[in-house]
Amino acid sequence: MGATEETIATVKDMAGKYSAGFVTDIESDKAPKGLNEDIVRFISEKKKEPEWLLERRLKAFAHWQRMKEPKWAKLEFPELDYQDAYYYSAPKSAGDGPKSLDEVDPKLLETYKKLGIPLREQEILAGVKGRTPVAVDAVFDSVSVATTFKDELKRHGVIFCSISEAVREHPELVKKYLSSVVPYSDNKHACLNTAVFTDGSFVYIPPGVRCPMELSTYFRINELNTGQFERTLIIADKGSYVSYLEGCTAPMRDERQLHAAVVELIAHDDAEIKYSTVQNWYPGDIDTGAGGIYNFVTKRGLCEGRNSKIAWTQVETGSAITWKYPSCILKGDNSSGEFYSVAITNGRQQADTGTKMIHLGKNTRSRIISKGISAGRSNNTYRGIVKIMPGAEGARNFTACDSLLIGDQCGAHTVPYIESRNKSAKLEHEATTSKISEDQLFYCLQRGIGEEEAIALIVNGFAREVMQHLPMEFAVEAQKLVGISLEGSVG
Amino acid sequence: MIEIKNLKANVNTDEGPKEILKGLSVSIKPGEVHAIMGPNGSGKSTLSYVLAGREDYEVTDGSVTMDGANMLELEPEERAAAGMFLAFQYPVEIPGVNMSMFLKTSINAIRKQRGEPEMDALSLLKLLKTKCKQLGISDEMMKRAVNVGFSGGEKKRNEVLQMALLEPKFCVLDETDSGLDIDALKIVADGVNALRDPNRSFLIITHYQRLLDYIKPDVVHVLADGRIIKTGGPELALELEKHGYGDIIDAVA
Repeated sequence: MGATEETIATVKDMAGKYSAGFVTDIESDKAPKGLNEDIVRFISEKKKEPEWLLERRLKAFAHWQRMKEPKWAKLEFPELDYQDAYYYSAPKSAGDGPKSLDEVDPKLLETYKKLGIPLREQEILAGVKGRTPVAVDAVFDSVSVATTFKDELKRHGVIFCSISEAVREHPELVKKYLSSVVPYSDNKHACLNTAVFTDGSFVYIPPGVRCPMELSTYFRINELNTGQFERTLIIADKGSYVSYLEGCTAPMRDERQLHAAVVELIAHDDAEIKYSTVQNWYPGDIDTGAGGIYNFVTKRGLCEGRNSKIAWTQVETGSAITWKYPSCILKGDNSSGEFYSVAITNGRQQADTGTKMIHLGKNTRSRIISKGISAGRSNNTYRGIVKIMPGAEGARNFTACDSLLIGDQCGAHTVPYIESRNKSAKLEHEATTSKISEDQLFYCLQRGIGEEEAIALIVNGFAREVMQHLPMEFAVEAQKLVGISLEGSVG
Repeated sequence: MIEIKNLKANVNTDEGPKEILKGLSVSIKPGEVHAIMGPNGSGKSTLSYVLAGREDYEVTDGSVTMDGANMLELEPEERAAAGMFLAFQYPVEIPGVNMSMFLKTSINAIRKQRGEPEMDALSLLKLLKTKCKQLGISDEMMKRAVNVGFSGGEKKRNEVLQMALLEPKFCVLDETDSGLDIDALKIVADGVNALRDPNRSFLIITHYQRLLDYIKPDVVHVLADGRIIKTGGPELALELEKHGYGDIIDAVA
């Protein structure tokens, strides 16, 4: 595979171990450090938000102060100091948000180019025949700096913009759907997000429309001590289809940084949403574990309508701590939810990730394929729940959780919960744990393939079932990431 | 020219190192096919692993050179790039990695080590097609995961295919006949015979004589207790088949 080889080359070429670990030197407009009601008002003011949204924020903030952090995950980390962080940071040049790419600070364009997301090229490529363009919304620290292909999408009636813009331009949609899937009181991290979210993406696909291109958001944390709290809301109206990709990076920092996002998906009758994530936040120092992102994310999709479908695909390679359970509420009859996950932990990383499938409607189906890969001294936990409610006549679930261990100092854990309240439900669960065998490695070595490339090859094979659910453009990137994130796991 | 001189090697076991090879010497000229025959426990598989550089096998004395170059100081993948190929007794399964991906990775890894440019996807595909056709391997097999669900015959044919693709200088075949019925054995032997070349040396490690009916060796060695105890022509193999290892081992002792 060219990709793995390229990976090894990339890794070797890299001075540091984390290729996205650079800092962009750009002036920013920040809120004072710390968190209180004034900060919440400051954010709302900066965004020139309507009163109803400020009220929602304040309500969430009041509730948040009374909430306890979820402690049930297999994660160990010091207590978070919420006062020791900035909750709003925007590149100064961003102003009210650029109208076109020509107005975007060249330094920002350069940053995204370094990350492999050339915003400008994306637009130019649109004119090239035979290549599917990808529309990108780029979020830098707290604000969206650019959204490409807006006009093209507009012709199809698709709305793709930053959530701040959606609040201004499409308040009726935002008001109706925001917090409709993840209520503000859901959990402490989601509640904090509701109070202080700064930007994120908004997508609306009108009835019967098949979105003509992949939609993509790229999140970048640049500022020191800045939390990123983005909010994503995707609505697929009756009979529509959309595929959405999300990527994330952050510079290398010795300090921990908090990322608490909320993603809500709503699929109406016969609609389908594919949501794919490649997460490559800074994982912290490979030996000491210093720094890195705390990734506390609440992602939930509601299959509201009949025959609707939501599929989550995630490739999680970064973050010091991952706490993330993309879920589906299968409300509509015959609706289906899918969860495909590859989670790789190395060094001192800890991941506790999985899914929830809540079956409410008749003949609802869910499918869970989880591949956990642990290396170094990391800990990797799959935690999932499949719940069949009394009305979910004929519900079906299939779950397969496979863990792969590299070395003998890491941990893999599988915690599946099953709760069935309807006798007609059929549930299947499979789980395996294996190690990369000496035999496999030696076989590859004997064929001239070096150890790191061999491991990347074997791991990509292990994860293939999930990788093939990623859109083409992302699959190649994800394969490379597998190699990069396992660098230093052997020898 | 392959020269193995006074090779002594330990295998690391739970009870500590155990000496398996106790001073083994064999020289193979380019174009020659040598067979090493020996009873169970004589050190046959250890020899193949030591030559290929597997971890857990420790060379304590002696040398292995290929055209004068010291092989023992090279990593396993470097030996592969230098032209050493081991056809495994038990080819290993790699789930999720399809054959063409694996072969492409292997070929380009070796080319890279040799400082040659990577082969592009199209040329590779063509090369694969040609070699598969020569060995009677279906294109469909290239889409399957490496050795996963392969029959015994398919696994061994796959080893020969890799040998053909990597064009090694020195081929070690470790009990290639094990697990094969007579038809499969013939196909594999035909594949190996087609690769015989004035510039290529073969070392065929086997317990039974029957493989040598199809791949005619120039020289036959008898391995017992980590040493070569007798060397002769192809007739030695027939003698072994007739009288068993016991007679020769007793005669030498």
